[in-house]
Amino acid sequence: MNILKFFTAGSVDDGKSTLIGRLLYDTDSILADQLEALQSSNRKNDDGTIDLAILTDGLRAEREQGITIDVAYKYFQTEKRKFIIADTPGHIQYTRNMVTGASTANLAIILIDARNGVVEQTIRHSYIVSLLGIKHVVVCINKMDMVDYSETVYSAIIEKYKVLAQQLKLADVTYIPVSALKGDNIVQNSGNMDWYEGESLLHFLEKVDTDNLDKSQLARMPVQWVIRPQTEELHDYRGYAGRVLSGTFNLNDKVTVLPSGASSTVEKIEFFDQTPDAAHAGQSVIIHLKDDVDISRGDTIVNASALPQESKLIEADLCWMDGRALDTSIMYNIQHNSKITRCKISEILHKVDINTLEKHAADEFKLNDIGRVIIKTADALAFDLYDDNRANGSAILVDTRTNLTVGALMFRAAVE
Amino acid sequence: MSTYNFDYLDELEAEAIHILREVAGQFEKPALLFSGGKDSITLVRLAEKAFRPGKFPFPLVHIDTGHNFEETITYRDQMVERIGEKLIIGSVQESIDQGKAVEQTGKNASRNALQTVTLLDTIAKHQFDACIGGARRDEEKARAKERIFSVRDEFGQWDPKRQRPELWNIYNGKIHKGENIRVFPISNWTELDVWNYIRREKIDLPSIYFSHERDCITRNGQLMAASPFLNMDDEDVVERKQVRFRTVGDMSCTAAVESDATLIDDIISEISASKISERGARMDDKVSEAAMEDRKKGGYF
Repeated sequence: MNILKFFTAGSVDDGKSTLIGRLLYDTDSILADQLEALQSSNRKNDDGTIDLAILTDGLRAEREQGITIDVAYKYFQTEKRKFIIADTPGHIQYTRNMVTGASTANLAIILIDARNGVVEQTIRHSYIVSLLGIKHVVVCINKMDMVDYSETVYSAIIEKYKVLAQQLKLADVTYIPVSALKGDNIVQNSGNMDWYEGESLLHFLEKVDTDNLDKSQLARMPVQWVIRPQTEELHDYRGYAGRVLSGTFNLNDKVTVLPSGASSTVEKIEFFDQTPDAAHAGQSVIIHLKDDVDISRGDTIVNASALPQESKLIEADLCWMDGRALDTSIMYNIQHNSKITRCKISEILHKVDINTLEKHAADEFKLNDIGRVIIKTADALAFDLYDDNRANGSAILVDTRTNLTVGALMFRAAVE
Repeated sequence: MSTYNFDYLDELEAEAIHILREVAGQFEKPALLFSGGKDSITLVRLAEKAFRPGKFPFPLVHIDTGHNFEETITYRDQMVERIGEKLIIGSVQESIDQGKAVEQTGKNASRNALQTVTLLDTIAKHQFDACIGGARRDEEKARAKERIFSVRDEFGQWDPKRQRPELWNIYNGKIHKGENIRVFPISNWTELDVWNYIRREKIDLPSIYFSHERDCITRNGQLMAASPFLNMDDEDVVERKQVRFRTVGDMSCTAAVESDATLIDDIISEISASKISERGARMDDKVSEAAMEDRKKGGYF
């Protein structure tokens, strides 16, 4: 059994929280005391049934406003898989939350209201999915009950979406007509839409290839911590602790340590009381090298035959996440895995209007703005392009005045 | 490419180890909050996997209400002895004696809320900049929205509206002086995941997690262990019951469930079939729908 992390995008009225509530409810993932709290709540649907959206509206401010204002994580499990849902708000001012929820997801569910079809926010949500490089997309045409379960309505919407998917280079898109409110095609196939021959949403989620771990052969391990017990019997022990971002390290592999460029060989791999022959993407291990090289936190051990790019000047997509606008005259901290260094945004190449996908010149970057910039770092970063290796192609910006995380960066090219 | 088996428990474990090592790398004076419950016991195992054969780069901190199950304290002391790490105890009794905290009165009096005072005091005294805790997002709705690195101001307050975005696996641990960060390495685990992990790793637990006979009384529809810490009166009828505890907290606010589960396998099948969530057995959450949110804002874990 493995884990599928997915996120849901949709606006306040698309029934996103209802969809998640329905998945939890129909997979028997709501426990008795939570159900009791739900039933005693005074929020009900028009027909008097329980409002399932309450299950994900966690904070009081949200209950009062009836909208989701932050990323909420929910968990459920079937016999086939463990699921982690990032429930993110869809309205425009919360783009940053959607980017946050999407950053850890392997799959995105985009909700379209069958009555409205592809609208501005559909474009916005789909753009973010493509920007964050999410491989699998499920487009749920929701509220089918409100359009008499009409195949014609459904087909017209997906024809329109296909054009958008092509424009955004979304490769793997699946379409499912659903009613989250009534439960059609969520867990069980619906009897109301015999014309639909595909699977229910849950069945699809259970079997989609997660590609959870980056299969790339680019072996990368940022060093988080150097383990040196310095006891009598472990006097010379020196182990580099970290999580393999991507690829595989095998015993005796030739490796390079960046930024120093020092070469060595993998002598031993440790995982608590085990000494495996290989360390794979996703695993947190300790690596020992044959040679005595100077390595500290922030350095990266990589496969010597597949080196990452190294540059102090990088072209990147930036999503701005702070109320205070980007200031190109000051220095920020950039955090790339375990490495933190100073940086400046040296140039704004363009901004993207995420409702129309048009690019235009800009000299300012405000909350929820997305666009292409050139970033200049104090120390060179050892990185991969985001599309090749998500884990080593992303970074955050931190404002050193407030310590807040103000930007998300996806590396697109090293600037020569 | 070689194939390897990396299942959901391996993935959760690797993520938690990564988070613990980030704490070691990013903070000057971290601490691991140890309650004696299964979640913090799991954290100790994860810390062993993150840092052995080295020492932990942080002490364990126990906020001791003085109203403990004896079994928890015995377990704690034996465990500290076995792992050879430092334990710091923050005493709620001391906070009361110093007049910093006031004992609740009445029938439902508990020291649960007073822990916050002692916790904040202990953090200030030792200048901890990061406190690792075993909270999970599946426990409660407010927790479902909390970050893995969650900033507290100098009053210990959590501000849900000002949370930092947390992207990919990058954790921003930068804080101002006086602030600290609560770190939740097992955020993405469910109660069942924790039990499955405990079974897989063959981790010992305090005996109160398993079925035993105990004198109990029924309060607000819940079974409470009869103890000198519970304000009892003539209306309370003491009955001998076969019970176990699903969480371990202060004796005056942790409810028991009737159970014959004596083995981890029994507990896992019991939870899989159960219709009451784990926090449903904590009286402190019953107060109102927004109870947890309010307590978190006030500096509770």
